Amino acid sequence: MTAPTATKIRVLIAKPGLDGHDRGAKVVARALRDGGCEVIYTGIRQTPEMIAEAALQEDVDVVGLSILSGAHLELFPRVVAELKKRGVDDVLLFCGGIIPDEDTKPLEDLGFSAIFRPGTNTQDIVKFVYEHVTK
Amino acid sequence: MDDLVQRFLNGERRALARIISRVENETPEGREYLRALFPHSGKTHTIGITGGAGSGKSTLTGALAAEYRRRGKTVGIAAVDPSSPFTHGAILGDRIRMQDLALDPGVFVRSMAGRGALGGLAPAIDEVVSIMDAFGFDYVVIETVGAGQDEVEIAGTALTTILVNNPGTGDDIQALKAGIIEIADILVVNKADHPGADVLVSQLQALLSLAPKGSRRPPILKTTATRGEGMDALADAIAAHRVELETTGQLEKHRAEDARHQVLSIARAILLEKIRQATPEHELQALVDRVAARQLDPHSAAEELAAAVEQSEPRAIKRRV
Ligand code: B12
Ligand SMILES: Nc1nc2c(ncn2[C@@H]2O[C@H](COP(=O)(O)OP(=O)(O)O)[C@@H](O)[C@H]2O)c(=O)[nH]1
Ligand SMILES: [Mg+2]
Repeated sequence: MTAPTATKIRVLIAKPGLDGHDRGAKVVARALRDGGCEVIYTGIRQTPEMIAEAALQEDVDVVGLSILSGAHLELFPRVVAELKKRGVDDVLLFCGGIIPDEDTKPLEDLGFSAIFRPGTNTQDIVKFVYEHVTK
Repeated sequence: MDDLVQRFLNGERRALARIISRVENETPEGREYLRALFPHSGKTHTIGITGGAGSGKSTLTGALAAEYRRRGKTVGIAAVDPSSPFTHGAILGDRIRMQDLALDPGVFVRSMAGRGALGGLAPAIDEVVSIMDAFGFDYVVIETVGAGQDEVEIAGTALTTILVNNPGTGDDIQALKAGIIEIADILVVNKADHPGADVLVSQLQALLSLAPKGSRRPPILKTTATRGEGMDALADAIAAHRVELETTGQLEKHRAEDARHQVLSIARAILLEKIRQATPEHELQALVDRVAARQLDPHSAAEELAAAVEQSEPRAIKRRV
């Protein structure tokens, strides 16, 4: 919890692709709000371009992708490429959802600093954000 | 200062986004950017969209921006959502309703948290609007929080204020009676695809006819924002209002009042900061405790605080000499 007007951590929570499972994304958005962050939630069915453009316009510190459809290895590299294309190269990237263990390494290589899977305590997510973003 | 200003003036959107953050956070650095860019502002037409939560403000903002794009104009949008009074965090969801514009290079959407400001806006809204104005958008649209009937601040900030109403909600008419109708330059009946739109239009007309003779009658327009219906007429009404502002001298008057309001409110903040600095926290606490114990009245206590500034000022100057 921080002062009302102090500099806030801004987080974009986005759902790429056609995946309609939005409960997790909303739960995470709410937890971060309750942790004192300003969370931009853009809803489902976002293209990689839309996510990167929102990250740019909103000047967020953190981009969090939520995916349960299994299309992460196809979509996440495209999100990262679109962010790079726009010069958004200094955000903290992390993700969550249904992501098999064997995909951890490729996602880390892409620049994802953490992966949160089903059953994660949202407090751990909030803690992670505050530990990794310095404002 | 870094090269952000130059990049901003070259039209780079990332520079715009970064400068907005610094200005929004009211840092000394942010004030430097504002100083550098303020001379470039004053050209845009600002539009305020207010109305109840869920009345369709975000959808309407998106649909209106799309209409401006069809007309070849560019649009900056500042959409305010409330901060939690307990955790000071916020969920900013207005973008969800503006998806069609997500990749349009002539539109820039910035979500802002209310950060405890009263009146449905954010503490740094004037500054952020000035920055968007300086970037060169033809229009800057401000969406208010939409919490209640006291969101009159927007009329001071925006040149054209649009009040969004919905048919079949009943309490709208109550809100209008409560006074917010007086700040509206244009009344919109959104969700005109729902039954009762025409009834609401005639209720609004009846209400407006009660206004004193000679006072301005805002136009009433029906829209269905989800389908983009009524946006052509709305954009025309905004243009007509702009002409009206120019020909009646209201434009200059509005700008002068807005400038006065901004200067005074910043001066108030500076003075408060000086007061806080002139009196150490433990002295402030002691003073406040005396008030709480009814040993001192609040007015005398405040005067004591203010007097401390006057005493500390000359000392500060002497030290510098
Ligand atoms: C509820 C549910 C649905 C609901 C969704 C409701 C909704 N609006 O969200 C409904 C019934 C609609 C549904 C439909 C489908 N579902 Co479904 N669904 C589930 C189920 C049972 C639970 C998901 C859930 O809501 N969990 C609760 C939330 C809070 O948890 P969470 O999302 O995991 O989020 C947590 C973490 O993962 C993490 N997290 C998540 N996102 C993020 C993001 C960030 C940034 C961070 C930091 C953390 C984080 O933090 C959260 C808190 O701990 C899962 C199975 C499961 N156990 O996960 C299947 C599951 C996801 N569904 C599945 C499938 C196949 C489907 C359908 C395709 C079924 C069909 N054939 O029609 C459809 C597709 C719908 C669509 N349009 O996409 C499969 C996906 C398989 C895969 N990926 O290979 C699953 C895994 C079931 C299974 N075992 O087969 N589903
Ligand atoms: N039927 C109908 N629904 C609308 C219209 N405009 C907005 N809505 C819906 O009303 C809800 C709230 O809209 P939103 O723009 O978020 O309202 P806000 O809270 O005032 O910003 C959403 O579900 C919209 O899709 C309209 O003209 N007709
Ligand atoms: Mg809204």
